Amino acid sequence: MKNLITKMSTQAFVIMVTIILFIIMYAAGCVVYADKNFTNIQVFFNLFISNAGLIIISASMTMVMISGGIDISVGSQVALVCMMMCDLVMNKHVPTAAAIAICIVYGIVYGIYAGVMVAYLNIQPFIVGLSGMFFARGMTAVINTGMLSIADKTFDVLAKTKIMIPIDFLAKVNKRGMKIYPNLYPSVIIAFLVLVIMFVMLKYTKFGRAIYAIGGNEQSALLMGLNVKKTKFLVYLLDGAIVALGSVVYCMNTCGGFVAQAQGLEMDAIAAAVIGGTSLMGGVGNVFGTLLGVMTKATIEALVSFQGSLSSWWAKIIIATLLAFFIILQSIITRIKAKARD
Amino acid sequence: MNKETSTLKRMVGHQLFMPIISLIIVMLITVVYKSLFGKDGVHLDLTFFQIQITNGHLYGYLIDILNHAGGLVILAIGMTLTVASSAGTDISVGAVSALCAAVCVRVLGRENVVADYSTGVYILAFIAAMLVGALCGVFNGYLVAYLDIQPMVATLILFTAGRGMAQLLVNGYIIYVRKESYKWLGSFFPHIPLPSALIVAMVVAVVMYLVLNKTALGLYIQAVGINKKASHVVGLNSKMIILLTYVFCGWCASINGLIKSSEIASVDANNIGLMMELDAILSVAIGGNSLGGGKFNLFGSIIGAVTIQALSTVLLSMSVESTQVPVFKALLVAAIVVFQSPEIQRWRRNRKARAAAAGKKVA
Repeated sequence: MKNLITKMSTQAFVIMVTIILFIIMYAAGCVVYADKNFTNIQVFFNLFISNAGLIIISASMTMVMISGGIDISVGSQVALVCMMMCDLVMNKHVPTAAAIAICIVYGIVYGIYAGVMVAYLNIQPFIVGLSGMFFARGMTAVINTGMLSIADKTFDVLAKTKIMIPIDFLAKVNKRGMKIYPNLYPSVIIAFLVLVIMFVMLKYTKFGRAIYAIGGNEQSALLMGLNVKKTKFLVYLLDGAIVALGSVVYCMNTCGGFVAQAQGLEMDAIAAAVIGGTSLMGGVGNVFGTLLGVMTKATIEALVSFQGSLSSWWAKIIIATLLAFFIILQSIITRIKAKARD
Repeated sequence: MNKETSTLKRMVGHQLFMPIISLIIVMLITVVYKSLFGKDGVHLDLTFFQIQITNGHLYGYLIDILNHAGGLVILAIGMTLTVASSAGTDISVGAVSALCAAVCVRVLGRENVVADYSTGVYILAFIAAMLVGALCGVFNGYLVAYLDIQPMVATLILFTAGRGMAQLLVNGYIIYVRKESYKWLGSFFPHIPLPSALIVAMVVAVVMYLVLNKTALGLYIQAVGINKKASHVVGLNSKMIILLTYVFCGWCASINGLIKSSEIASVDANNIGLMMELDAILSVAIGGNSLGGGKFNLFGSIIGAVTIQALSTVLLSMSVESTQVPVFKALLVAAIVVFQSPEIQRWRRNRKARAAAAGKKVA
């Protein structure tokens, strides 16, 4: 075991553990809840559908964490953007496309605020995130303290169009002999587009490599001649925009907004990133690892909801435990590696 | 330079100057607001400062603020120490408060409305709640001190899981306690004119002041906060000291949870201590303590906590929704951290130095 750890990179080891965990949990679900149709391929696709927004937000969180920072305001931002979408479309009668644009502009404005605070004023990202978190939660209440839902034709097309996956292998034949293909919503397509774009950006562009360099060691990045402040600023700006986009996608799934929405989502996003092999110290991470993290979290939620009688709080507690486990795992691996090096 | 200006300068430069001034500003705003928009038209309204004695208890606007501030003062004391020792904040305090309150009420009884319990069980429930709070602190502290995890990520785990566990303990219900003695901690003990929360906060503050200033512990905490490695080399058990501050903070959260649940004579796992972590951090920041760790001033945090509570009470009395209040506090915390930020401080120092140089040339 020790040999394996010292040979593999921390990230690869963590991802390996996650994959094993994911397969065990999914297989367990298939065996235990076979009578409740857990084996249906649509259940697997539903994991993506109900977590499309979280996938986007976690990918953004991964980018911020790679740069050595963190954004704990995402949960509140989701609540605010969902509320803004509902309020703009339903009460202010703004066209859906314009409402989405307004939300993303808000995200960019918040990103600029966070970027200036973190990059140029040297304030801890946590404190900035905390102020953003409470600001957004409070602003949600300022817009409306009640519950709003969204019912708009254009929005419904975006949110509810079923996209069939025409692969015979995955199809199920119903009683009348018709083939039922598993389906996805546009939100999942958006999520995957964002994932691929972010993967390419982080891996192959100058900006992406600069993010890794800064997260790995800010001092060396500075000595290498990278513009550390500007890169950090851009990371937070981009984070604001992507989180706003992710929130809009989240809204497509919930079609509503209320003050306490998405409470604790920041932990889900951070947990997904950490479970997917992103280092808390920065410099290491991969958006597809994060996708795996989100899937693990989604499977836990699916298992809890298939069980039926368990409170949904159990899912949160299990995910928190998993986060703690992976944090400790990371720390232990780092220690073993340090010992092996000596 | 004559003596008067130097006294003034010393006063302005003192760490407690800003917190006290902000408290006075909040009070002045209230008086002005009440005078201008009161029920009886524009006239000087000083009801804010009125204190009366009814049934042997003190009542009044100020007493009300101090009473509600009790829990926050205790939280702020705990938070000050974690900030000082680890340069990081414990954001789980709100959730831990809810968890401890839930533990307390579960020890008292298993029903959804707890009607009666014996004194022994009552004391046992308090001890259990405090133990759970301290245990949460051990968990946070272990992650921070021994595994070197950033404090906010470490405490984020309990930030969400704590409230979840509290929900499980109360089965998602609001548990009511229908016994008079349960309300004492959140209002008044019989035959004592001062609010109980204020008394508890004062006791904690005085004890902590003595412990930190009459023993070397305060110095140790500052040393660890300023440079962990150096203090380790000097021979301090840095890790243990950080762990202890988190345990103390967890204990403070449990006391806060007990007070808050006593105030409403019930346990609502969703709302006890909700967003109080921001209040506590804000108290520390307003008190003139750097969020970067190291030196701290307990008294500053206490005044900061009272200021925050005054602000909340005033905003609520101006009929701002309680869910909207965080907006103001978030803006305030942003303004304070910008003011405290290293870049702005350097800019101010440079300007001062330049002004001094210019002054010399003129002379």
